[in-house]
Amino acid sequence: MEKKDKNISAMSTPAIGEAGFTGDWRDMKPVIDHGKCIPSVKNKPACYLCWLYCPEGVIKTGIPVEIDMDYCKGCGICAEECPAKAITMVNEGDENG
Amino acid sequence: MAEVQIMTGNTAAATAVKLCQVQVVSAYPITPQTSVTETLSQFIESGELKAEYVRVESEHSAMTVCISASTVGARVFTSTSSHGLLYMHEQLHWAAGSRLPIVMCCVNRGVGAPWSIFNDQQDSISQRDTGWIQLYCRDNQEIIDTVIQAYRIAEEVYAPVMVCYDGFVLSHTMMPVCLPDADMVNSFLPPYKPHTILSADNPRNINPVIFPGMRKNSAGILCDGYMEIRYKLQETLEKSRDVIVSTGIKYSKLTGRDYSGMLWHYKTDDAEVILTGMGSIATEATVAVDELRLKGIKAGVLGVRVFRPFPHAAIQQALQNARAVIVLEKDISYGYEGALCSDIKAALYGTGINPPLHNFIAGLGGRDVKAREIFEAVQTSLTEMNNKNTQNKTIWINCRQ
Repeated sequence: MEKKDKNISAMSTPAIGEAGFTGDWRDMKPVIDHGKCIPSVKNKPACYLCWLYCPEGVIKTGIPVEIDMDYCKGCGICAEECPAKAITMVNEGDENG
Repeated sequence: MAEVQIMTGNTAAATAVKLCQVQVVSAYPITPQTSVTETLSQFIESGELKAEYVRVESEHSAMTVCISASTVGARVFTSTSSHGLLYMHEQLHWAAGSRLPIVMCCVNRGVGAPWSIFNDQQDSISQRDTGWIQLYCRDNQEIIDTVIQAYRIAEEVYAPVMVCYDGFVLSHTMMPVCLPDADMVNSFLPPYKPHTILSADNPRNINPVIFPGMRKNSAGILCDGYMEIRYKLQETLEKSRDVIVSTGIKYSKLTGRDYSGMLWHYKTDDAEVILTGMGSIATEATVAVDELRLKGIKAGVLGVRVFRPFPHAAIQQALQNARAVIVLEKDISYGYEGALCSDIKAALYGTGINPPLHNFIAGLGGRDVKAREIFEAVQTSLTEMNNKNTQNKTIWINCRQ
């Protein structure tokens, strides 16, 4: 049985996935070239400007840097801010990307 | 024995608010409403009413304060008129969409342009589609009784209620009012339980952006989209008819004053000509009916106490034997006819009840409506009964054309 929403007015809770997989709003996706990305190149936790600027908080500060594509809306801010030009925006579904 | 006092409609409204032990009052002054909130501020200052009075810079903010206070569980009240109500328009939709049981008095006044501080019902009629329940009062006794019932209705169905009464004609006119006993009101009105309680242990975002479709939330529950939320509001207002009637019956038993119907009747049992209207114009029509009966015309008055939800079934029943119907209104939907007239016609559609019907527009901007003029309107209506042309036109009473 599907659970029914009992609320009589609209409300949401602050939780991951509360509005569904918002990654499906994306037209273009960020692709990281780990040959240029500073933490991968230096093998140290460094730079992480993409993580700092990401308005959705979907970038993880690891080695290598990872982006949660379930919720990345493809705004392209990470690609714009990356000082090593390691992130490129490619069309969603473009396998060459 | 209940106490009887001579008071204005505005004092009656403020007294009802005190009896309901409202916790937050927020309002901005506007004629002819001002003395409602002035009286309330005196009650609060003297400690007679233990409530917070929030002063604001506009009616838009007054309603916003009511929305916020009601959301966190307070019983709230505001009052306004005319341009103040129009300035609140956006927040009226928010209050209804958030399903908050706010009670507001609308002391009916005409709207500009040109400026008028005097009475008609264009202000509340203009807010018809905001999702508020609208109740209209015919005298000061009804004002005090209707405000008390309004809280119970609002808090049972979770929808806001607008209690409308005519500016000056009722708001500033002194009449004897039987004061309901405070203990009786306490037993009649249980404490307000909000439908959502905001708490740090269970954080929520109230009224987030809603997409056209439904959505699964993080707990996997398929949540209502905009249409489902709005459907629930419509369903609630439709069902609120039963709550309005059952509340009225309970209140009637406690006070001996009859609120058992969404309509009130005056000499309609054998009436062939039915005059109908909302508020004090219907009260005035009762005087005209007495005159008409002296002339041998079997007339009666059908007073419409509830405008939203519209009492269509009760209207059908009340008009089934009418040979002529006269709708008296202090409002108009420009380019067509009075709002009440359109709704009455719609209620009769397809029922086979098809009496000749005339729509009289009267008393706009406070022009006096005398029983004599209503008497003459009925005579005009009867002579024009078979004229299809006049039935699709508004007839303006006491207006140079």
